Amino acid sequence: MEILYIMIPLGLVLVAFGLWAFFWATGSGQFDDLDSPGWTVLEDDKAPPPDDASRKDDSR
Amino acid sequence: MSAGEHPCFHCGEPIPRGLVIHARIAGRDEPVCCHGCKAVAEFISGAGLGDYYKYRDTSSTRADEPPRPDRWAAYDRPELVERLTRAEPNGARSITVLLEGLRCAACGWLADKALSQQSGVLDVSVNPATARARLVWEPSKVRLGDLLRVLEHVGLRPHPLAGEPSEQMALLERRDALKRLAVAGFGNMQVMMFAVPLYFAASQGMDPTMREYMRLVSMLVSIPVALYSGWPFYRGAWVALRSRSISMDVPVSLGIILAFLASVWNALTGTGEVYFDSVTMFVFFLGLGRYIEMIARHRAGSVADALARLAPMTARRVRGGVTEDVQAMEIAVGDELVVRAGEVFAADGVVLEGEGRVDESMLTGESNAMAKPPGALVHQGTHNLATPLRVRVTAVAGNTVLSGIVALLERAQAERPRLAKAADRAAAWFLGRILIGAAIVFAVWWYVDPSQALSATLAVLVVTCPCALSLATPTALAAATAALARRGVLVAHTDAIESLSKATHVLWDKTGTLTRGLVRVEDVRTHGDVTSQQALEWAASLEQLSEHPIARAFTVTGAPTVRATTVEVHAGRGLEGRIDGHLLRIGTRTFTDALHAGAQHASGHAGHDAAADAASGESWVYLGDETGLLAAFRLADPLRPEAGQCVAGLAALGLPSEIVSGDEAGAVARIAERCGIERQSARLRPQDKLERLKALQGAGAVVVAVGDGINDAPLLRGADVAVAMGRGSALAQTSADLILVRESLDDLPHTVELARRTQRIIRQNLGWAIAYNLAALPLAALGFVPPWLAAIGMSLSSVVVVLNAMRLSRGSPPQRRPVWPANPRAEAA
Repeated sequence: MEILYIMIPLGLVLVAFGLWAFFWATGSGQFDDLDSPGWTVLEDDKAPPPDDASRKDDSR
Repeated sequence: MSAGEHPCFHCGEPIPRGLVIHARIAGRDEPVCCHGCKAVAEFISGAGLGDYYKYRDTSSTRADEPPRPDRWAAYDRPELVERLTRAEPNGARSITVLLEGLRCAACGWLADKALSQQSGVLDVSVNPATARARLVWEPSKVRLGDLLRVLEHVGLRPHPLAGEPSEQMALLERRDALKRLAVAGFGNMQVMMFAVPLYFAASQGMDPTMREYMRLVSMLVSIPVALYSGWPFYRGAWVALRSRSISMDVPVSLGIILAFLASVWNALTGTGEVYFDSVTMFVFFLGLGRYIEMIARHRAGSVADALARLAPMTARRVRGGVTEDVQAMEIAVGDELVVRAGEVFAADGVVLEGEGRVDESMLTGESNAMAKPPGALVHQGTHNLATPLRVRVTAVAGNTVLSGIVALLERAQAERPRLAKAADRAAAWFLGRILIGAAIVFAVWWYVDPSQALSATLAVLVVTCPCALSLATPTALAAATAALARRGVLVAHTDAIESLSKATHVLWDKTGTLTRGLVRVEDVRTHGDVTSQQALEWAASLEQLSEHPIARAFTVTGAPTVRATTVEVHAGRGLEGRIDGHLLRIGTRTFTDALHAGAQHASGHAGHDAAADAASGESWVYLGDETGLLAAFRLADPLRPEAGQCVAGLAALGLPSEIVSGDEAGAVARIAERCGIERQSARLRPQDKLERLKALQGAGAVVVAVGDGINDAPLLRGADVAVAMGRGSALAQTSADLILVRESLDDLPHTVELARRTQRIIRQNLGWAIAYNLAALPLAALGFVPPWLAAIGMSLSSVVVVLNAMRLSRGSPPQRRPVWPANPRAEAA
């Protein structure tokens, strides 16, 4: 069980790192808006030529 | 029905029969309802943003008029922009903009995409929850005015906001609370991990050194939780004690500090028990409850911003013969301003020059434009419709009528909900008893067995923590408020949820609630070989110069291609003018007929029309020339397509509807019939409406009133639950408990349902909390409950309450409407 004398401090270091990351994320506004970022995946990366995006719909 | 077959491609509203405007989108002609929507839809599609129409889940705001690029001219001037915006690194500037018409995440996507395509834009962050966008741009590459024009082109009218300290503070407060919560959460998880082996240490024969080690590590982890996460409670307790009162924070802080110090002492001396697990869990769950409440409070705050958008940020000042654009806050009393047609007054003032007509509906709810001759008072936030006015400023900033309304609203919001206060009072009463009880328990145990005294006392303090009791109401209300906000229903006064769950009757003011509150051309009948398109064009060009409310019905479809000359106004009868030399009249039947009095070919069917029209109680306007009648337009304030469904839905919930209207009996009866309302009264003055309300309430009814104008303010104030429409007058909104932001009546039955579920859940929560406390208290006082078990029981009882409340935020997701290519509203209409 002596391994715990090393593992627990190690675990605490990890926790401290996690907290630091959380603080950083909060400070940079990651948790300010939890609704809209879900929509960003719907974007097309390459800029479509005008009207292209809507033409796809017509084929339905 | 009167509406065309297809709804407007952009805004989803019915297209007036006979009107043919098409927007060219993706090689197809899509029908739209006005030139404003045409411009917006073509711009969106042309910029490659057509995906917007796939993703959006509500229809867009009706554009009404094509974008007017000159409105943003003031924002092209660098020195003015410099003062309005904030400096960013590398010479960039930033500003926060409130976007009117931002209704869903797809609208946010649209704004983001449209702006990001502009060169010189460094960063755009759009928050659909608050309808705000923050722009960062390089002034050397792009002008702010151009960015605002882009936003207007995609149908989101921007309102630049200066400073915004309150919003910034709310954001920092949320972030701060989230960090403290995270520390408590992480800390609690760690401490629990060490606590479980410690619970079994004695029975399983743990090595004493290991036991000491784990206790010391627990202490180390608990220190930031107790100091950092617990700080807000100590601060609250200190404030309460200094003002010689006792709040929730006092016993909470006492419990935390006592248990923590005792544990630290025991951990350092290696004696007794440690309660770090209890302390951290306590801090975490209390903090979580507070955090949820704070979010709900901040969300409700956006109503005040919605009012602030009414006042413009710039004005045109005349000083020593020089006209210059200035920031609204630089205006002083006594300044002279020039307000052009279509602009909004930046301050209260007196008209010096010009015969104006002003739309004051945002202050008064009165939809007819008010005449403003020299000497008349004009108010900040109202809309100058017709001619340029020169105005001497009489009140600025905090002294205007508009800011009075905003202040009123803010005060109303600062009050905490009555219901939650009642729960807090109950909790405080309960707490007083607990503290006395704990003291007695300690004293008794001190006699019986001093070594058990602290442990039993702590168990009493912890196990009977009234947090389940005090969480019961706020968590349920917060969950319901958040669920409603997602649906587009703003809860301005949370106690309305309780009243709504008990409601028995619904009173409607017809105009602006069941109907749209905008007169529109619903039907065109032409005579001879005139097309309806042509007739509408002529009518629009004749009415172009008129500010009569009826004129709006014609001109709203956009700028006509033909120009009328020598237009004369015949008061009370109509307008006469020439188009390409062709003499035309528009107005009452006798007025248009007078033009061709000699020409007897006025056909039989036209005469028949007029008689039938008059009998039906409908409102018709006629267009004629020297040869006879050319066209007849039926004007109406169209019924909202979902009105019938809403009335039926409310009836199914046991809420009969009734119309109390100031309008004519015929119009009221027609609307009542079309949406299935049996009880109705017409031609009521505001006090008559209030009387009807009191009569119902006297008979024991709990009444919901739905209204949108100033004449409804008494009705709304008197009602048990007041509901206002999102675009209704500001005064109606300040009197309202609920605001239907999306202006969709479908939301109302859902809100009633949710209110009833909320009440059920609050009752369940309170019942559970009281039962738990009653059962646990005697056991704890007798010393049967070790503090760790007390902490688990207490936490579980809180978790049950919170989870039960969270059920409210699930279950009724907002309905998605398919929007491409057709809109189901068409069938409803």
